[in-house]
Amino acid sequence: MYQTTYHRASSVDEAASLFAKGTEAKFLAGGQTLLPVMKQRLASPSDVIDLGKIKELQGVELSGDVLTIKAGTTYFDIMQNADVQKAIPAIAYLTSVLGDPAVRYRGTIGGSIANNDPAADYPAALLALGATVKTNKRSISAEDFFQGLFTTALEDGEIITAVSFPVPAKAGYAKMRHPASRFALTAVFVAQTKSGEIRVAATGASQSGVMRVPAIEAALKAKWSPAAIDGVSVSASNLLADIHGTAEYRANLIKVMAQRAVTAAG
Amino acid sequence: MSTVKLTVNGKAVSVDVEDRTLLVQLLRENLNLTGTHVGCDTSQCGACVVHMDGKAVKSCTMLAGQADGANVTTIEGIAKGDELHPMQAAFRDNHGLQCGYCTPGMIMSAIDIVHRHGGGLDEATVRRELEGNICRCTGYHNIVKAVLDAAGRMKVSQAAE
Amino acid sequence: MGVEGIGARVVRKEDKRFITGKGRYVDDIKLQGMTHAHFVRSPHAHAKVKGIDSSAALKMPGVVAVLTGQQIVDDKVGNLICGWAITSKDGSPMKMGAWPAMAPETVRFVGQAVAVVIADTKNLARDAAEAVVVDYEELPAVADVHAAIKAGAQQLHPEAPGNQVYDWVIGDEGATDAAFAKAANVVKLDVTNNRLAPNAMEPRAAIADYDAAEEHFTLYTTSQNPHVARLVLSAFYNIAPEHKLRVIAPDVGGGFGSKIFIYPEEMVALWASKKVGRPVKWTGDRTEAFLTDAHGRDHVTHAEMAFDANNKITGLKVKTYANFGAYMSLFSSSVPTYLYATLLSGQYNIPAIHAEVIGVYTNTTPVDAYRGAGRPEASYLIERLMETAARQLKVDPAALRRSNFITEFPHQTPVIMAYDVGDFNASLDAAMKAIDYAGFAARKAKAKTEGKLRGIGLSCYIEACGIAPSKAVGSLGAGVGLWESAEVRVNPVGTIEILTGSHSHGQGHETTFCQLVAERLGVPISQVSIVHGDTDKVQFGMGTYGSRSAAVGLTAILKAMEKMESKAKKIAAHALEASEGDIVIENGEFKVAGTDKAIAFPMVALAAYTAHNLPDGMEPGLKESAFYDPTNFTFPAGAYICELEVDAGTGKTSFVNFVAADDFGRLINPMIVEGQVHGGLAQGIGQALLEHAIYDANGQPVTASFMDYSMPRADDLPSFNLSHTTTLCPGNPLGIKGCGEAGAIGASAAVINAITDAIGKNNLEMPATPDRVWRTIHAA
Repeated sequence: MYQTTYHRASSVDEAASLFAKGTEAKFLAGGQTLLPVMKQRLASPSDVIDLGKIKELQGVELSGDVLTIKAGTTYFDIMQNADVQKAIPAIAYLTSVLGDPAVRYRGTIGGSIANNDPAADYPAALLALGATVKTNKRSISAEDFFQGLFTTALEDGEIITAVSFPVPAKAGYAKMRHPASRFALTAVFVAQTKSGEIRVAATGASQSGVMRVPAIEAALKAKWSPAAIDGVSVSASNLLADIHGTAEYRANLIKVMAQRAVTAAG
Repeated sequence: MSTVKLTVNGKAVSVDVEDRTLLVQLLRENLNLTGTHVGCDTSQCGACVVHMDGKAVKSCTMLAGQADGANVTTIEGIAKGDELHPMQAAFRDNHGLQCGYCTPGMIMSAIDIVHRHGGGLDEATVRRELEGNICRCTGYHNIVKAVLDAAGRMKVSQAAE
Repeated sequence: MGVEGIGARVVRKEDKRFITGKGRYVDDIKLQGMTHAHFVRSPHAHAKVKGIDSSAALKMPGVVAVLTGQQIVDDKVGNLICGWAITSKDGSPMKMGAWPAMAPETVRFVGQAVAVVIADTKNLARDAAEAVVVDYEELPAVADVHAAIKAGAQQLHPEAPGNQVYDWVIGDEGATDAAFAKAANVVKLDVTNNRLAPNAMEPRAAIADYDAAEEHFTLYTTSQNPHVARLVLSAFYNIAPEHKLRVIAPDVGGGFGSKIFIYPEEMVALWASKKVGRPVKWTGDRTEAFLTDAHGRDHVTHAEMAFDANNKITGLKVKTYANFGAYMSLFSSSVPTYLYATLLSGQYNIPAIHAEVIGVYTNTTPVDAYRGAGRPEASYLIERLMETAARQLKVDPAALRRSNFITEFPHQTPVIMAYDVGDFNASLDAAMKAIDYAGFAARKAKAKTEGKLRGIGLSCYIEACGIAPSKAVGSLGAGVGLWESAEVRVNPVGTIEILTGSHSHGQGHETTFCQLVAERLGVPISQVSIVHGDTDKVQFGMGTYGSRSAAVGLTAILKAMEKMESKAKKIAAHALEASEGDIVIENGEFKVAGTDKAIAFPMVALAAYTAHNLPDGMEPGLKESAFYDPTNFTFPAGAYICELEVDAGTGKTSFVNFVAADDFGRLINPMIVEGQVHGGLAQGIGQALLEHAIYDANGQPVTASFMDYSMPRADDLPSFNLSHTTTLCPGNPLGIKGCGEAGAIGASAAVINAITDAIGKNNLEMPATPDRVWRTIHAA
């Protein structure tokens, strides 16, 4: 790791002002992505601003039909949370298959989505559920927030404070794990909103990051059942291809995972 | 350089380190607690797992500064004098280790698994929960046996306390 | 059998330090004034080094020195050697390209070192290494054997035209051709044996300490064989004469072959410690392990097997291209030849075999022995062929194997090996019973009704291990003898130290070797210590690899024990005023048979050292040593059967059952033997399902971290169902065969045979990743 200066912020405002003072500062949430990158000397922030002890970034709130998860809440706390389990159990499940137990104690939802890894799990949930990303400056819809590989709508120094999920009628997640990294080789989140809209998002599959799958949404709109997806054709063009999966394989996985996610959603 | 103050294995320590120092480096290089190991660069192998404030974390994926004020327990701190922790004893009795390199991290993760699941552990759960710990020697067979064995022993020892 | 004797499931003595965090691995050691090394490594698979500018790096904080490949060549540190000479079919010696410890002129694989930075801390060394500017002129690279042997391919070494190391043959080509000419059926198969990264969990490390006053070096290193390291560093690399070089291999975190070899980093650390006048430490990271630890396997093979009308095998033809990587590692030449082709007869009576092996250079990390070393490649090939044949000939795969089993011993194969003993039907019976082979058809049918593809696969392996008779390996080209040494030191109070040239890096020698002593003397193992891994303590030894520690190393201890006991009996007889022939050893006492006269072993030891009342002419003391050279390889064999299901939607496999029935001869500690099998099976299954070290066409490694290289995790593997059948090895007095590699040798074919059975298609390469299995299911 290159030399850096570590700061621990006690509030969001303090974090923002520390960021402004650094020449090339970075926010550190759980550190489960940033630190490995820094260890490999692929990032060299002048300053690292630790958000881990900021109380206002911790916790989960269920208010009516909106589940709000504060950005600094760890995966472990999310999957254990009774409101999450009650309101959107698919998020609790997704979190339980994300990383490994030690990573889940440290990693946070804010850190995950700020990084927008094309094979990360949370982006699929946010996109499929039509979530809103709250920052210290504004609110951003999931659609607008995720802008391609490792790219988000976040501006320099902007801090994610929470993610708000409309509670759906039904939701399910199914993941085919990457055999080495254990990220999503391809995973699909399906949701049926309370107004009846069907939203399906796939992660790990596309060259441009998390994406909606309109063909499957249409099929599920016609009939909410795994069998409804049998006849859907998912194109392999623009899908990722690497040593662990061809584009055709990932296209197949989008279908199969969508079917299993529907089964899980019930 | 920063001063990091924390409690390690019950003892308060204060260490001056470069800000880029990882918790595992502080433990190994500054405190000579070399039981915590490093086996990969990508936070996957789990040889470095320690307990921080009661939770099993990867000490290679934390800056030392993040542990300021924390209570850290390493493999050196879990036995009570000459009395092994039930997980340590179960690893020995079930031949859950060969070269010993992954073992400290395995034991620290395994204790955490039992704490979270209590007596409700089965083989499939143990295997799933060991996702963040890689062993190249044992094929995991005897590690899984050891964790299940220890889960029983820990229940008994808790009941006795 | 006593409670701690041979055959007892004794928990390991060494475990206490490992489970309490008190193990002592190389990276745990700190020396006064120690510096840290970081290597500047090539990012290119093939390039000329046109210049190295260290000026900026030298100005950086904490930097002690920047040393380059030209300097190490100028200081006459020797090039790395390959210690096994292979002769091509045209009579020419193998073609070996020069391999300096750091490249002065040309780099030939990504990760090859060109320079090293020595600094006060590890971080500062790495900071400065980035400031070393290397001017490379890139050259085209060849990344696999197909590319390397093409006409006009980029050449790696001027010494090796066509990138060919050797073209070696074994067996009787005429007899084999004749068998094929008369064959009723011929079965053909093309297979690739995938390249693997060994990935011992402890990365390699070295600390070198030069004492200028004594002109003496000490090297702490992650080695499976510290004495061989010292020999090679002295005799070939000109570091120091042997009496001026001490090599210590303390606790070593796994080896699997990869820590047999002497690597450039150890040579550089030693050389640099003298140059900078301070101890030098290097600890590799995982990426460096992927780039520089010798890889394993990497064969491309075409094979054909001839059968007569009764489904008896009449001949076998094999042609294999073996990828050596960019340089010939220490024992690389022997792996695809004498450790591979000599096992091609498998468990079967095959009258005629001919094999040709072409060794090829590529711009990749050097390849050498990895758990099994040649034998997994042979076993995988033969067992895939047998399964393919059963399908083609439409006979039960178990029945086909049985009808071709060797049943009379000793058996001379057409490829050098003479199998001493075995009972292949017994192990196959045990495995079939354990998995309820007879009930499989019903289970498969039931699984089908649930939408699952279920398959079963057999693998009947044999291997040659306990390497090996020195005369035999010498006649085949080995540069060293493969005996082992031992010394038994009885202290005046009767405690015992066993010094051995074997080296434990997970195998449990500190326990099993004590069990032999407990068995013979009836003393508790707490009174016995095993000393190993230090050339200053143990006089010489050949180390641990090739499943040799019990069959060879323990037998050497037995020989030394016999000598010690013989002297002790004389002392006891003298003290008891009895005849030496009447003395028996029981429960730690030397007794006069049939009487109640006895003397405790510690009193015998004390008598030997006080020397107040020894038999006339006897030297004082009680210490004996022995060198043991086996008369043959040992031949562990067994039957593995895998039952699994394939998810047709994703191509993912799930284990239903995995049974292993092994014949290892006598077991010293069944618990430890089972552990060795578990670990071997995991590596064999890892090869079959997950692991693959991949390079792109330009020689860039694609799998250089655990993010890309799939290591077997707990949830990738089943619990294993093990059993043992026993035929005692006649080649050593304890009847031991060796158990360290069997799992890795036998497992992969069982898995692939099961998957191909499940999906009903025979052509499937390893690793059978979900993607590959899914594509195979859906291929036209």
